[in-house]
Parts: sequence; C-alpha cells; structure tokens
Amino acid sequence: MSDPAPLTTDHPGQVASATPPAPGRSRRSRRLSDRGLAVAFTSPALLLLLAMSVFPLLWALYLSFTDYSATRGGPAQFLWFENYTAILTSPQVHQRALTTLVYVVGAVTLQTVLGFAIAYLISRRTHGRGLLTTLFLVPMMLSPVVVGLFWRFMLDAQFGVINSMLGSLGLGQVEWLTGQRTALISLILVDTWQWTPFIMLIALAGLTAVPTYLYEAASIDRASEWFRFRTITLPLVWPLLLIAVLFRAIEAFRLFDLVYILTSGGPGVSTETLSFHVYKVAFLGFNTGTASAYGILMVLVVIVLTQLYLRYLNKLKED
Amino acid sequence: MAVSVDEAVGTRPARDRTPRARRFGGRGRAVLEVALLTVLAAVMLFPALWMIETSIKENRDVYAIPAKFFDFKVTMDHFKDVFVASGGGRSTLSDSFLNSVVVAGASTALATVLGVPAAWAYSRFAVKAKKDQLFFILSTRFMPPVVVVIPIFLMYRQVGLIDTKLGLILIYAAFNIPFTIWMMKGFVDEVPAEYEDAAMLDGYTRLQAFWRFTLPLLLPGIAATAVFALIFSWNEFVFAIFLTSSDSVRTAPPAIAGLIGGTTVDWGLVAAASVVFALPVLVFAYLVRRHLVAGVTLGAVRR
Repeated sequence: MSDPAPLTTDHPGQVASATPPAPGRSRRSRRLSDRGLAVAFTSPALLLLLAMSVFPLLWALYLSFTDYSATRGGPAQFLWFENYTAILTSPQVHQRALTTLVYVVGAVTLQTVLGFAIAYLISRRTHGRGLLTTLFLVPMMLSPVVVGLFWRFMLDAQFGVINSMLGSLGLGQVEWLTGQRTALISLILVDTWQWTPFIMLIALAGLTAVPTYLYEAASIDRASEWFRFRTITLPLVWPLLLIAVLFRAIEAFRLFDLVYILTSGGPGVSTETLSFHVYKVAFLGFNTGTASAYGILMVLVVIVLTQLYLRYLNKLKED
Repeated sequence: MAVSVDEAVGTRPARDRTPRARRFGGRGRAVLEVALLTVLAAVMLFPALWMIETSIKENRDVYAIPAKFFDFKVTMDHFKDVFVASGGGRSTLSDSFLNSVVVAGASTALATVLGVPAAWAYSRFAVKAKKDQLFFILSTRFMPPVVVVIPIFLMYRQVGLIDTKLGLILIYAAFNIPFTIWMMKGFVDEVPAEYEDAAMLDGYTRLQAFWRFTLPLLLPGIAATAVFALIFSWNEFVFAIFLTSSDSVRTAPPAIAGLIGGTTVDWGLVAAASVVFALPVLVFAYLVRRHLVAGVTLGAVRR
C-alpha cells in the first residue's frame, strides 16, 4: 500500500512451493479489497466487544438514572441524578473509598519496592537467573481463588501455620483476618505476595535491557555505585516500572475476588473495598439502579487511570 | 588513575577499589545478596509448598498445633476425594473441572479465531483511527468485573444465557479478545510485510498470502497467546460465580471456593483441589515463559 512491493522475494523457497495463479490485478482494486478485508477481519472481534463490553456499560448508564431493582421488576422510574448524589454524599461510600485508597497505595508501594529489589538482586547474578525468575513467578500465576483460600487457611488464628511459626519463635498470636486493623493489613500482604513477581518480572526486563557499556563507561570514570544506580539504572528502568505500577494500581482498584474469599469485607466493613461494596448493593441489596450509578463512577476512575496508563505506554513505544 | 581497560571490562559489576579490597568486599556482598535472595525465594514459595504438603497430610495432622512440617503421615485420600464422590462415582468437583476445561477451551478458541485476523488487519492495513481503536480495545479489558457483571447478568437473564456454559464462553471470549489482539499484533509486526507483497506479486490475493505465508509463521505466537488466554479463563472467578449456579455448569474456581461454605472446612480437600487446579496453570506458564512479560501486561509491553 505505501511502498512498492520489492521485486525479488527474500524467501523463494516458500513462494515456489505452490503454483501461483495468474497475476493481473490492478493496484486500485487491490487497495479496495484491502479495505474490505480489514473491515471483514476486525469487525467480528469489535462486534463481540461492543455486545459484551460497551452495550452492558451503556445499559448500566441508563439504569443508573433509574430506581430499577433486579428483583422487584416492573417499570423503572427515572430519578436522573439522585443515585449519583446519594452515592457521592454517602459517608459509607467515603469510608469504602478510603479503605480502597489505603489498600491500593499500600499494596502497590510494597510490591514495587519488593519487586524492584528482587529484580535488582537477580540481575546482579550471573548464574541461575532463569531458575530464580521462574521460582519467583509462581504466586502470580495462581488463581486469586486458590491464593485467597490458601492464605485464609494459613492465617487462621487457631491452627494457621503463620501463628504456629510465630508461637514457636516465642511471639504472640495475631488475629490476622478477624482484627479490625490487621484484616486490611493481611489483605495488603496477601496481594503483595501474589503480585510482587509481576513488578519483579517487568523490572527485570528493564534491568537486563540496560546496555553494559554504560556501566563500563561509568566504572572507567570511577563513579560510585549509588551514582551509577541513580544516573544509569533508575532513569532507564523507570518508564517501564511506571507502566507496571499503573497497571497494578488499576488492577488493585478493581480487585474483588481476593476480598470476597479472604475476608468477605469483614470484620465489620474494615476490608470492604469499593468493588465489594458495589457487589453488596447490587446482589445483596438489589438496588440495581444505585449499584449501576456506583459502578459508572468506578468506571470513570478506571478510565482516568487507563488513559494515564495508555499515554505512558504510547510514550514508551515512541521512544 | 591508570585503570587498565582489561580490568574495567573484565567483570561486569566492576568496582573501583584496589584489587584486594574489591575481592573481599565483592565476595562478602555477593554472599549477602545470595542469602537475601534465598530468604525472599523461601518466603515466596513457602505458601505453595505448604499447600502441597497439606494436600497429602492426614486430617489429624492438618489441624495439628503446633503445625507439623516434616513428621506427618502421607495420604492420597484428599486427591481421591477431589475426583471420586463419597458414595462412589464422579464427584461434583471433578464435574466442575470438566466444565472449566470446556469453558476455557471454547472461549480461548473463539478469542483466537476472532482476535488473530483482527490483529493481522491492525498490523498490516491503514485502518482509520487505528491507535484510538487499539487503545479502546485494550481499555475494555480494564473495566471492573463487578460493575460489568450487573448489566451482563440482566442481559443474560433476558436472553436465557444465565447459568449456561455458552454465556460464560461468550463473556470470557470478549474478555480475552483485547489481550489476543494486542499480543498477536506484536507477533504480526515481527513478520515482514514483504513476504505478503512478494506473494501477491506472484499472483496470490492478499487473503491467500495471509493464509499460506504469514499464518504458518505466526503459529508459535498464536500458541503462546492461546495459552495465556487459557490461563486467564481458567483462573477467572467473578463472572463464574455471578453468572452460574448449577453444578452442571459451574466451573472449578467457584466450586473450590464453595468448599469453605459449610460450618466445618475440610482444608485437606481444599488444598488437594487447589493443587489439581493450579498444576496445569504452572505447567502452561512454564511453556510460555519466554513471553511472560508480554503476556502478563496484556501484550502491551514487549521486550
């Protein structure tokens, strides 16, 4: 389409294997058929996305302006922005937003620090890098269901192995999942356990891509290690790390399954994130209209975060 | 200041000290780093090992206080319970594993069949507002599942897809398509467009050129992408728990989560079911380890 096709084929073996049909299509008709082909190839995927992602969101948008309830049935009454003002002014929602913020910031910060540290340590090894990386990646590949269930067992106050180990070290027992404060900390710890490998993997990709000659040049200049880290390693890895952090932030913000399995929002509402609260409003309270408005507001936050993420991604690709 | 080039280039983390101090400091530090890595690896791996250990322990030892690390009786009963019902015959858990295989397999196939041609088209043609379309496609993947599931639930109730495998397959396919397109576009970009141009000079149509020359080169990429899609569908929980309820449809994640619903929890069984559930994922993940960075970032980051 843009450049004229090369006159010689690079791989004659492949082309010669079949008997080519008679040539003789004008450039123009080919361009037209290209456009047709592009539409034919992209539209099925786009249609499925429209049906399963866009249309439901539009429906939720419509429901968010009504008092519709999934159990009551009957025609929905238009409330316009009543649902939205109710949510934005609700102290309950404010509390959930705070919980979510603490959780997202706490978990992502811990993961980033730990993940980067592990990646840095691995990148300095010359032997066994592949094996180490593979071992560290195990938690990330597990389903949140398995992770949640298993940590629930390990953190059990009576027969959990964590308290058992604390006991044999002579330390006190901790009510990991049943204490008001500790439950949120436990949630952050479990999420950190699962997703530190994610940051590690991406940081490692960045670290191994730093050209060696930069370090060599720096060591000829007798630059200190900290100076090298600060002026060579960090600036080169930072863009990629930022992508990973934003990605994790979006994922943590919309997290639901781990909360559901590990604590079910409890004790009380101490680990109820926004996602979990939406679920309660929608599926336990059956206030579908309110839940839709709540969901739309969450989607707006996700869209802002995603835009940020995609913009950085774009910048990274152009460099 | 005379640093010989050999010395500076020889060891990669070259240090700017006298050789003797460097050897000592370097070794001490290396030992410290290896020790730190070992501790971190132990912490990361312990839960997985503990899960395997619990799955082969007798119930008495599972609840032992203090926890038994080594001297426990080995039993395979929990694994038997995963597959065989107490009265004989297949257990509901094993049914849910079969459902998971069907749902994950079919949704991956659908996402691949729809996603690969789309990725090729986005890679090769000047589609209008290509970048915006691609970013829009990726952003649908970031929607909070709990929010999406509310209208999907109502929609499925309307058209009779609630509590059906087809319903799950469709939503999983929709959720894997953004990933498939982004991941595959990277692979297609790596195959030179000149191959197709050359084939077309020989008289093939564009479609034939794609089918005969580009597609065979893409097969390894398609396999890797499909494996990731398979893992995502296999592990998915939120849609599964809200859109299905009967044992004949329910996939493994909600079925395993359902094991802790009662008053007493058989943690040995939970552990065994989790091991059976997680093992294929780990094997598959190992097979595609070269593409992990691209896979876990939904095809967005390629190195």
